[in-house]
Amino acid sequence: MSTSSVRAIGRVSPTERDPAWLSRLFWACAGLAVLAPALVATEFKPWLLFEPDSLRVSGQFVADFFPPKIEPAFLALVARETWRTVAIATAGLALGLLIAIPLTLLSTSVLSVSSITGRMKTGPLVVRQIMRAILIVLRSVPELVWALVFVRVVGLGPTAGVLAIALTYGGMLGKVYSEILESDDRHAAQSLLRNGAGRLATLFYGALPQSAAELTSYSVYRWECAIRSSAVLGFVGAGGLGQQMDNSMKMFNGSEVATILMAFIVLVAISDWVSARLRRVIG
Amino acid sequence: MRVALEGVTVRHPAASSRSGPALGPLSLTMEPGEQIAVVGPSGAGKTTLLHALACALQPAAGQVQFDEIDPWRLSTRRLHQQRAHLFLAPQVPPLPPRQRVVTAVLAAMLPQWSLVTSLKSLLYPADIPAARLALAQFDVADKLWDRVDRLSGGERQRVALSRTALTSARLWLVDEPLSSLDPTRALQAVDALTRLARERGATLVVALHQIDVAKRFPRVLGLREGQLQFDVPGVDLSAERLRALYAQHEDELLSTGYPTRLPEPEAAPALSRR
Amino acid sequence: MSGPRIVPTGPGDAMPEPLRRARHSAIGLLLAIAGLIVASFVSLDLQWARFTDDQAVQRMVKFMKELLSPATESLFLVKTAVAALETLAMSAVGTLLAAVGGLLLALPATQSSGRGQSLIRNLTGFVLNVLRSIPELVWAALLIIAAGLGPFAGTLALALHTAGVLGRLFAEAIENAPARAAMALRTQGVSRGLVFLYATLPQISPQLLSYSLYRWENNIRAAAVMGVVGGGGLGALLSFHMGLFHMRETSTLLIAMLVLVAAVDVASWVLRRQLQR
Repeated sequence: MSTSSVRAIGRVSPTERDPAWLSRLFWACAGLAVLAPALVATEFKPWLLFEPDSLRVSGQFVADFFPPKIEPAFLALVARETWRTVAIATAGLALGLLIAIPLTLLSTSVLSVSSITGRMKTGPLVVRQIMRAILIVLRSVPELVWALVFVRVVGLGPTAGVLAIALTYGGMLGKVYSEILESDDRHAAQSLLRNGAGRLATLFYGALPQSAAELTSYSVYRWECAIRSSAVLGFVGAGGLGQQMDNSMKMFNGSEVATILMAFIVLVAISDWVSARLRRVIG
Repeated sequence: MRVALEGVTVRHPAASSRSGPALGPLSLTMEPGEQIAVVGPSGAGKTTLLHALACALQPAAGQVQFDEIDPWRLSTRRLHQQRAHLFLAPQVPPLPPRQRVVTAVLAAMLPQWSLVTSLKSLLYPADIPAARLALAQFDVADKLWDRVDRLSGGERQRVALSRTALTSARLWLVDEPLSSLDPTRALQAVDALTRLARERGATLVVALHQIDVAKRFPRVLGLREGQLQFDVPGVDLSAERLRALYAQHEDELLSTGYPTRLPEPEAAPALSRR
Repeated sequence: MSGPRIVPTGPGDAMPEPLRRARHSAIGLLLAIAGLIVASFVSLDLQWARFTDDQAVQRMVKFMKELLSPATESLFLVKTAVAALETLAMSAVGTLLAAVGGLLLALPATQSSGRGQSLIRNLTGFVLNVLRSIPELVWAALLIIAAGLGPFAGTLALALHTAGVLGRLFAEAIENAPARAAMALRTQGVSRGLVFLYATLPQISPQLLSYSLYRWENNIRAAAVMGVVGGGGLGALLSFHMGLFHMRETSTLLIAMLVLVAAVDVASWVLRRQLQR
């Protein structure tokens, strides 16, 4: 028996109340009160899915999935587009690295010479904060939006997709690289800096030995994500499997969509596996 | 390198402005090629002194001069160049765990190498014989190709000390290099360190708790609560002086023990009361 | 206490064999990756020239200028706010449904759900993989056929994809949960479902909530662009105005997106911090 209930015995009822009950009830009601308008705002009407018209259309579409289109010419097209999806992702990520690496080096405090003696000086601090801000902006704009803009500048095709991935992933990689460098032990790097080594040399001899595995592992993971992104970007005209799927869907061609979907799932599975193997080897 | 400290006061980087200084006011000079031991209880300011001499901490007051140059008047870039003339070996060996010993030792040459050489050396070590020779001074040459995290604490400390054989610095600041070493190794390490410093004409400053080792140095500084208590030749390091210095901290007085005497079975050989 | 040892320079100075082999295979791997990158660039018909031709540059400059002066008419701002709320609702409801769905799918997918049920385990594992392999936008495009244009399809798309992601994370969390409390109840003969509710779930619920909140951060970004394929919210407005080259409205919408994403990031971080207390 808790001390509070012992004290309460002299007071009110002998039956004890669950002290958490009221607050749980409150939060549950609050949750529902927030949920209701949200459901309205999203036009959440599951019954619509089962209306006869809707059922007919979707039923027809799903029925078209079987059999999936396996005509050799189409399969060749799907294979080519699959490679293009991978190529867009790889090229985009490679460019993203070109963006991320300098920004990381300019924004991390691990290589700061002025902070050897304590607080970083204002000049370098401002520069680092500006670089961080650039990384944040690059990350926050969804790649689809970049792709939409670039498609209007350079036209349809993979260039827009590659650039969109480069910018967004550059920002993502830059931020996480900085975090990894700064969260790992800095003792070795600091000691080298204190003894007069140059900044880049310190990076390679003091910081990378411990962080390299994590950095590479994260980059490989992001490559895997980029493959998925590049498929999605196809929907706004950036080429690859996504664009093919968009075309087929606009024509309600269920069997083509089925083939493309399967190709996509296989692609994701393979890149998952490659990524996992690579990361195991590295780490 | 000639070092001069004049009225130097140093604060802990994280200390509030109300608390007293970690070190000082302190004035002393060191002639080129001198070998100096610094003793004192923990919190006395030994590490702070070494960091101040390494230009890792800026004095709050007073002046530090290296060969008549005040490094804190220089631009940040010049100051960084000046740091190449100073070598600081911290208490915890600053070796990246996954790095191999050969690269960790050769890192001492980074201030002298161009960026291209540094990067090439990562792919294939640029000067393996020199690394081997440096490690041999401290009897860890057989660990040349091993990874740092596979070494014992004592081996890691000796690898960190081997860097002194490769550095071009003229002021060596070594912070408690013997804490993980057994008596025989400790004396070997100190002998190697002093010999190397003498051969290079470098000024050597070593912070220690091991009193018998300190006594072998031609000059011993005693620090307590940031103040210099005495500055005497090692042979004049008397028991009364030590007692006054280590008052209330007697458990920190250490001895490496004498190599000719076998260690007592029940007591750890590196610790004995004075 | 001896002096420096005489060290003969000899075979000991060459890099030992295992290291050399490891070095070679690392270089081989790097070359393979470089090859992949080069092949990617070469096989894509990247039109860099189009970026540098006068028309493109002029267009970019015009876009930049217009993007820097967002539309601030109150009518449009209201529309933007409504769309933002719609997007927020999409992400929240979608994540919530996904958490529930993911949990329901995670239970049969864990190792601890009985020996004789490996078929069910494999099946649910497969379902979860399919759900998470297909990106949210692709789901949205597919679901629009069944659910029509608008935020409903977007919400369902988010829910399906995230259920796959969360389901896998939840299954790992369930498997890695310390088994002592659950074992104690099992030995008393309590049924599997109740064991989960009384022993496993209380231990892992902060972790599950944390994963869900983290996915919410991803989902707000996905929800914002869902409208581009017809999923409602800010994305729909964005696609509309961009198609008409209304860069000023686009600018406002982009700012709204950034603000919304930042707000959800902060909210998620705060809530996850609270969970740790």
